[in-house]
Amino acid sequence: MNKNSTISDPKVLTVKDLSVKFVTPDYSVHAVNNVSFDLKRGEVLSLLGESGSGKSVTLSAIQRLLPEHITSVAGSIKINEEEILTMPSKRLNRLRGGQIAMIFQEPATSFDPVFTVGQQITEGIRHHTGCSKGAANKRALELLDLVRIPSPKDRINNYPFEMSGGMRQRAMIALALSCDPMILLADEPTTALDATVQIQILLLLKDIQKELGLSIIFVTHDIGVSIEIGDRIAVMYGGQIVETGNLSDVINDAKHPYTKGLLSSTIHANSSGKRLHAIPGSPPNLSNAPRNCSFSERCEFANETCKNTMPDNVKLGVERYSRCLRIGVWE
Amino acid sequence: MAKIDESFVKVRNLKKYFQTGTAIPFLKSPPAVKAVENVSFDVFKGETLGVVGESGCGKSTVARLLIQLIKPDAGEIIIDGLAVEKRGGISTRDLRHRMQMVFQDSYATLNPRMPIEESIAFGPISNGKKPSEAMLKSKHVMDQVGLDPNIYLHRYPHELSGGQRQRVNIARALAMGPEVIILDEAVSALDKSVEAQVLNLLTDLKSDLKLTYIFISHDLNVVKYISDKVMVMYLGEVVEYGTVEEVYNTPKHPYTEALLASQPSMDPSRKLDTVPITGDPPNPINPPSGCKFHTRCPKVTDMCRTVNPNLQSTNVGNHLSACHLA
Repeated sequence: MNKNSTISDPKVLTVKDLSVKFVTPDYSVHAVNNVSFDLKRGEVLSLLGESGSGKSVTLSAIQRLLPEHITSVAGSIKINEEEILTMPSKRLNRLRGGQIAMIFQEPATSFDPVFTVGQQITEGIRHHTGCSKGAANKRALELLDLVRIPSPKDRINNYPFEMSGGMRQRAMIALALSCDPMILLADEPTTALDATVQIQILLLLKDIQKELGLSIIFVTHDIGVSIEIGDRIAVMYGGQIVETGNLSDVINDAKHPYTKGLLSSTIHANSSGKRLHAIPGSPPNLSNAPRNCSFSERCEFANETCKNTMPDNVKLGVERYSRCLRIGVWE
Repeated sequence: MAKIDESFVKVRNLKKYFQTGTAIPFLKSPPAVKAVENVSFDVFKGETLGVVGESGCGKSTVARLLIQLIKPDAGEIIIDGLAVEKRGGISTRDLRHRMQMVFQDSYATLNPRMPIEESIAFGPISNGKKPSEAMLKSKHVMDQVGLDPNIYLHRYPHELSGGQRQRVNIARALAMGPEVIILDEAVSALDKSVEAQVLNLLTDLKSDLKLTYIFISHDLNVVKYISDKVMVMYLGEVVEYGTVEEVYNTPKHPYTEALLASQPSMDPSRKLDTVPITGDPPNPINPPSGCKFHTRCPKVTDMCRTVNPNLQSTNVGNHLSACHLA
């Protein structure tokens, strides 16, 4: 079924029953509920979902970047069999940037505006490897070349504002790759870019991923982008992964009503003139812990059971799951 | 008065430069952003004109010029045969009875301290309608956009979801009884499942109320879905104009070709493997000489570097392209 996966594939990241809850005196949000997935060496996992579906929170939780005083995290996140959630912060700091790196949506705000791009890249390299300034500089030039920034020798002395959006995102990727991470977390890195630049960055990421054998989790709300980059896809809704599987299986034969609805409400090249099949209603309010299928309010196939029971993952094949109670009934 | 076959909105040689910083006497004046240059186009009654282009290409500036939120440096805007802000023409106030706009950020455009009902009635009341009439009107337009007036009229913007707020913004535009609505990235901030709902609503309203749309978006698929004609912009200029079929099936400008080829394919078995076009769009403060696209164009010739091509007819109907090679 899935020719890329064999049982011996090493898992670099395992997330099990991850739940993230934000609690303040005024409100609480159950942002992520019982999310489990794993990431194999050298694969790209697309995490697809609409705003508020919990995809970015999941990503931040993997690096423990969420503000600790208002967040309660449950479950387990393991990188190479090492538990992240209970790790001492000294060890975690070695891991961040070293084995696991992140690129963000808006490169303009994630770079420090008062230092040059070169200074920011070499800072990380020197911190992690303890090498000399000259060696770090040499490495930074290599990296800028790797992400295909023209004339890296000049660009290394640029401040972030001197670069265009696409160039900044390339520099951001160079920064993330500076300490040879194993896992790259990408949080909508192409959303703020123009169409012609977006595709350049996507193809660059794909090339680098193959060259270095990286594992990538790519978070996006854009189905087209997730198809372009992913090997495997996980669809999120209301803080849960509702469907996961090999990319072409999920896109061509969706097994969850939400995935199906999302695909049919997305405009294709040939939907002109036809009425769009919109999903009625709007995404769920996550202020209470979910006790039923989070999509049941909007699902045209939902019955009383769906509104009262929490669905479990139904295994449909190798690494193919759908969280639907009425699977096989509604199709 | 306008003849039957004449365009409803006619724009000729529109130009707008934005000054960066303030000019100091005797010193070199700071550079200007050449946001819109020499833009001309027509919109016919009852059709939807889609405007596409990347950020900074001037598509939103064109929208704001059309509705007189900013004044053009040069050029004419003629609506139904009446020149805007010209002697014997139409005033801005009257223009806005006939033309309304819906913006991208549905939250920022609504007054957070005003209930929906007041927000919608605000325009009609300030244009001399009796409050009781205006309130009746807001009930009516809420019905038209598919929101139950009894539930939503007394709510505040923060109590609504993004899709509902965008419906309110559309209702507010409709309350003025316009003939033309400019939709500036009106569905871009919405989730896909909600975007489809709003697009369906726009399609219904257009046929029910015989509206004309100017639909601005960076999303080529959405523009293709909703538009009759398409205008492609690059660095403040129109590079291609034609019907949706012509522009999408047989693009005549290399930029349009590249833009279309840059779309993710939606088909897992047909992923892209080469970059259709390299580089970023240049800075509009200092655009390239000649054809503004020549720095990224795969078909560039010597003439392109010096002579800026005019928007001219290709051999098919009303399909225009600004390329020496078309």
